[in-house]
Amino acid sequence: MKSRSIKVSFLARVEGEGGLQIRIKGGSVAEVKLVIFEPPRFFEAFLRGRQFTEAPDITCRICGICPVAYLMSAAHAMEDALGVKVSGPLRDLRRLLYCGEWIESHALHVFMLHAPDFLGYQDAIQMAADHPEVVKMGLRLKKIGNQVVTLVGGREIHPINVRVGGFYRTPAKQELAPLAEELKWAREAALETVRWVGRLPMPAFETDYALVTLRHEAEYPCNEGRVVSNKGLNVPVQEYDAHFLEEHVAYSNALHSKLKGRGPYFAGPLARYNLNFDKLTPLAQEAARAAGLGREVRNPFQSIIVRAVETLYAVEEALRIIEAYERPEEPAVRVEPRAGVGYAATEAPRGLLYHRYRLDDSGAILEAKIVPPTSQNQKIIEQDLRRFVEGRLDLPDEKLTWQCEQMVRNYDPCISCATHFLKIKIGRE
Amino acid sequence: MPPKKKPRLSVWKFASCDGCQLSLLDCEDELLAVVGEVDLAYFAEASRARCQGPYDLTLVDGSITTAHDADLIKKVRRDSKFLVALGACACSGGIQALRNFKDVHDFIRAVYQHPEYIETLEQSTPISAHVKVDYQLNGCPINKTQLLEVISAYLAGRTPMIAPHSVCLQCKARGNICVMVLGTPCLGPVTHGGCGAICPTYHRGCYGCYGPKETPNPASLAAWFRDRLGMPEAGLVQAFRKFYANAPEFRRESEAHEK
Repeated sequence: MKSRSIKVSFLARVEGEGGLQIRIKGGSVAEVKLVIFEPPRFFEAFLRGRQFTEAPDITCRICGICPVAYLMSAAHAMEDALGVKVSGPLRDLRRLLYCGEWIESHALHVFMLHAPDFLGYQDAIQMAADHPEVVKMGLRLKKIGNQVVTLVGGREIHPINVRVGGFYRTPAKQELAPLAEELKWAREAALETVRWVGRLPMPAFETDYALVTLRHEAEYPCNEGRVVSNKGLNVPVQEYDAHFLEEHVAYSNALHSKLKGRGPYFAGPLARYNLNFDKLTPLAQEAARAAGLGREVRNPFQSIIVRAVETLYAVEEALRIIEAYERPEEPAVRVEPRAGVGYAATEAPRGLLYHRYRLDDSGAILEAKIVPPTSQNQKIIEQDLRRFVEGRLDLPDEKLTWQCEQMVRNYDPCISCATHFLKIKIGRE
Repeated sequence: MPPKKKPRLSVWKFASCDGCQLSLLDCEDELLAVVGEVDLAYFAEASRARCQGPYDLTLVDGSITTAHDADLIKKVRRDSKFLVALGACACSGGIQALRNFKDVHDFIRAVYQHPEYIETLEQSTPISAHVKVDYQLNGCPINKTQLLEVISAYLAGRTPMIAPHSVCLQCKARGNICVMVLGTPCLGPVTHGGCGAICPTYHRGCYGCYGPKETPNPASLAAWFRDRLGMPEAGLVQAFRKFYANAPEFRRESEAHEK
């Protein structure tokens, strides 16, 4: 039987550098490797000896697309170590900042990075020639997300206003008012986005994944919650290390995460949606149903619809927070250094982001551990690709390669994050 | 008259967070106009389409940290007429240049179970340490308006108008009260402007993420931090050893305070 090998040296429309190698032998898939050659940057090593106050600013440099996720996980982990709780308007402002990042990151991924695959365009710029109004709508949505981040955080990439304990400066209520006007337009645009992605041609592919996400009793998860799975896990974040492990494989500069006793699992919008559908707003639930999503989604290609639904949710949540906001008297709660270990997980746009720090009594970092969402998803991406390719061996290499890329982009991989990740190579022997 | 041939743009990434090239996609209002003026030949973060060089304008983000990248940047340079280094990583080595002060093998052992799988260089170095750079745009991250200025200037055949002065000038222009007067250490006096003095505007001290301004005097500022604000020597080391740790002016100052 004919054998072949398919290789994508540089995966495009992902954040960071990686590739994919698939070897097909005798009519079945012999090997799938997600190869991450993004150069390692050693954040966990050089955090040692730095002050606890520096962790948010330093770790946000891991990722230019989801810096807020790093700011949030770092700040919350430090607060856990130092016995500090941030509540009230400061907690709400953090959630608002995160909503901005979800809107900005999801709009970027839906319109610029993923939708072109569904319609057969090389990129969003080519797509814009045939669908100018769609691309312009996407860009304006993205801009509004960035405006939220800029107002609360100081700038869209690597915001400067977050600190352990809260913020440096909180906005006055009237400063947020112009955002509300933009967000009202964004609510309609997000609704239209859900309808538009709902009409995209969806490849048929379903899996009963082990899904891992945060779950919070009162809200759709963002900054806080218990770590839960659809396979029975339900633990506080302080017990994360007892249930997950990271492995180092030869072909990747990113560590692979596994759920102990279960293996690979899926983090990200699909996991959040499946386990927290009840916490979405009625409008977001209704839009999801109208776009053809069930209460449970098992087709990873539909993650583009879930991202649009989450964008709608984030817009509504941002509006709610702005409406209820009253400026707090102090921009931050007081923090004093002490020895201890702190844990936090927050929901980055692409999934759970875990941070753990051990501090000495002067507040210096003795040890840091960071598990980004893409590390967690590497194994499941490989598993998905194996099954996906096995069902499509009759496709010519070029078409199969593009569909594999589209599959990888279901996960919105962030390779800069994971390298502490894409070439596609399909080998047929 | 035949239509003018559009300049070919390529965008490359080395060791970085991707934020500086993302800044181009963050120009939501201008993106379609910019790509209308150029032929987007290579930009992996945005497109599957990949065209071989030569390129007219090349934007590079990230620092050089592997032997593979040290070879690749030479090829990118050969293929490019005008090469711009974007951001702290490309201009000075970035936050990952903190390895330059330690033994990188200790770092590898701290992060990876199998150090033997990891290939990396001892130092994180700027693009200019490997090839000729035609223009450097500083910042961690760069300012997207300044990026548009660099691209517009290239298209118009002129020099970009990017002021080399300190954060202080922008801070004064915004009418801020100096945070140093309020007792907060601020790197603004020695740091390259361009961010819009956002940190002091948000009531915190500048942490130097645009790198040294032209002709800075970090020793004088360090003395002020120590004598008037009571910062210990270890604090001075860390203040200058961050996103521009490897920039010569900041590097010298941090080393001067190391025991």
